[in-house]
Amino acid sequence: MANMAQAIRLALHYGEKHYGVTDIFGEDVGAPQGGVFTCTQGLETAWNTPLDERGIIGTAMGLALAGEKPIAEIQFCDYIFNTIDLLKLAGNTNWASNGQFPMDMVVMTPHGAGIHGSIYHSHSFDAWASRLAGWKIVIPSTPLDAYGLMLSAIQEKNPVMYLIPKALLRTKGTEIIPGEPDEKSLKELIDAPIGDRSEWKAQWPDIQEKLIPIGKSKSTREGKNATIVTYSRHVAMAEKVANKLAAKGLGETRVIDLRTIYPYDWSAISNAIVETGRILFINEDTEITNFAEHLIRRTLEEHYYELKARPRMLAAKHTPGVGLATTLEENTVPQEKDIERELRALLSEAT
Amino acid sequence: MEKSSVQFKANSEDIQRVLTNFPTQPFKDKEFVLSFHELMVRNRVLEEKLIRMAKSQDGFFWIGGPGEEAFNISLGLQVKKGQGLDFDFLHLHYRNNGCLLAMGSPMIDFIRQMRTVKTDPFSGGRNFTAHVCKKEWNTLPATSTIETQFSIAPGTARAQMRRRKKAGDSGVTIVIGGDAGTAEADFATALIWSSRPQEELPLLMIVTNNQYGISTPARTQHGEKNIADRAKAYGIQSATANGTHAEKAWSAVETALDYVRTTGKPYLLELSVSRLYGHSSSSGANRIDEECPIENIENKILKMNWLNKEAIQKIWESAKQEANAAQEVARGEDYPDANTIYHHSFSNKNEGGLPGRDF
Repeated sequence: MANMAQAIRLALHYGEKHYGVTDIFGEDVGAPQGGVFTCTQGLETAWNTPLDERGIIGTAMGLALAGEKPIAEIQFCDYIFNTIDLLKLAGNTNWASNGQFPMDMVVMTPHGAGIHGSIYHSHSFDAWASRLAGWKIVIPSTPLDAYGLMLSAIQEKNPVMYLIPKALLRTKGTEIIPGEPDEKSLKELIDAPIGDRSEWKAQWPDIQEKLIPIGKSKSTREGKNATIVTYSRHVAMAEKVANKLAAKGLGETRVIDLRTIYPYDWSAISNAIVETGRILFINEDTEITNFAEHLIRRTLEEHYYELKARPRMLAAKHTPGVGLATTLEENTVPQEKDIERELRALLSEAT
Repeated sequence: MEKSSVQFKANSEDIQRVLTNFPTQPFKDKEFVLSFHELMVRNRVLEEKLIRMAKSQDGFFWIGGPGEEAFNISLGLQVKKGQGLDFDFLHLHYRNNGCLLAMGSPMIDFIRQMRTVKTDPFSGGRNFTAHVCKKEWNTLPATSTIETQFSIAPGTARAQMRRRKKAGDSGVTIVIGGDAGTAEADFATALIWSSRPQEELPLLMIVTNNQYGISTPARTQHGEKNIADRAKAYGIQSATANGTHAEKAWSAVETALDYVRTTGKPYLLELSVSRLYGHSSSSGANRIDEECPIENIENKILKMNWLNKEAIQKIWESAKQEANAAQEVARGEDYPDANTIYHHSFSNKNEGGLPGRDF
């Protein structure tokens, strides 16, 4: 079973072979490193750039404007902030030119905490990204979704921000990528060897297309008593807590993996609110002007009289960073115990 | 190289003939100089019309390039105009209306943008004046964000570098900014990314140096003698030139473009220019006593007895009539429909706004 890093690599290869991807680039993205998380090992069009995030985003924009098909990587989303005006431009160029210049580009960047990344390898970018009008924002939670969302991102004719949950990059899923060989064979075929890689070339398996549509969420667990809407690494955590509380007879909770931050699947959220009447939004960005606050606003405006309990949001505390010590990190970004606390309260609140 | 064709309202056939077949020594050629002069006049009249529109509630804000006509017309005429990698990409900034005018855009295009009517061909009423773009001519959207075009230009140039390696030839990328903007990191980005070993880019970087960033004199903020000197550290060919004399501006652009086309390598050209109406509306947009490139070329025309003062005045009057007529047309046109605010948020016209809610 492919892990998420391998799934992304397979998708990028598929994009090179079938969708005309011309450039996969960023800091340490090309040989010999193939990305600090190995997501770009062995790719034909991968190349290394100067350590200049503005140059990376700007060059991606220029390539897109020239009709090429670029995929740029910012090594960690913690380092994307000095490109924010370029991201704004990428999102508004088609609009500002009244439809003359679509921006067909993908930016991928590792996101979130969970690897003891300290202050500058633990940032989240989902709330920031949600304010970039003109962009589509996706974030997978499984290797298959990582594969399918990347293929959709590449096919998209607009700028797509592909947030990579870095804590999940070594996790394996339960679903097979079409054409994926067994785990041992896959590793031998596409993982670069330790040490000298100068003669190494990836041997790509004959994988097939599997598109996960942008804007479409997935219910990963059914339930009629409450709903959790989340994404990224908190999907699995939410499922685990939901199973635990269901086993205790406290109620059945639906878990929705949003998969796309924009355009988000409001239809699925809306239906879930109507059907369960109780909703909890979870993510790990800081809680002030969090993306989930927007979803709660729509929840209240459009479903106030259908709610059986007040809507809740569980997000990271509004700290300047995520502290390195385990005690600090775990008290900053939502953990299973926090989800359990919130879900218990949500399920038990009197109507 | 394919030269630009010029669609000119007055004397269009004559001027088009002259400007599509450059003489070997263009500024010794009467027909060429008179055509060039006429374009400069139209450029100035257009800018002055735009200033008056901004000041008389016929628009909102003015920024532009009076004082840069010699450079803008020189560039517009020497651009390899067209769409795709075989043609030049232009990353303009907001003082380059004259470049597009010389390439063949009619005055009314710019006047419509100032008027913010829906016929504005550059932005459909969404953007400031002089924020031009034109897909058919590889003219990419000019932005208000200072110098960001210098981070984007390496992308189009990289695509052209690849094209040159495969096909042996391509257009080049031209990026333009002012002197103050070179303090932004994007300027260093262009220098670094265009000079990467083995992957040098066919990128012409042009800095029009008017000595000011809004109200701040450049000499109080920059320590380098010439901005062009900064190219030396990267092994990039560079030059400084007088951008207020048409012949010198033409020659400097010609030399720079020829170098980039021939070698596929980057070049930094710094041109000294005037800023005849200040920074923008924000500084009053009133005439300032600086060297005027049109006076320079008219002095030459008079000295050569190619035209007398009355004939020159007629050219100005003709250009003013063209601008007035364009303004009248634009005044009769509709503003964008209010319900189109989400249009083109994405390449699919109907995407945007709140998901799940029609707009």
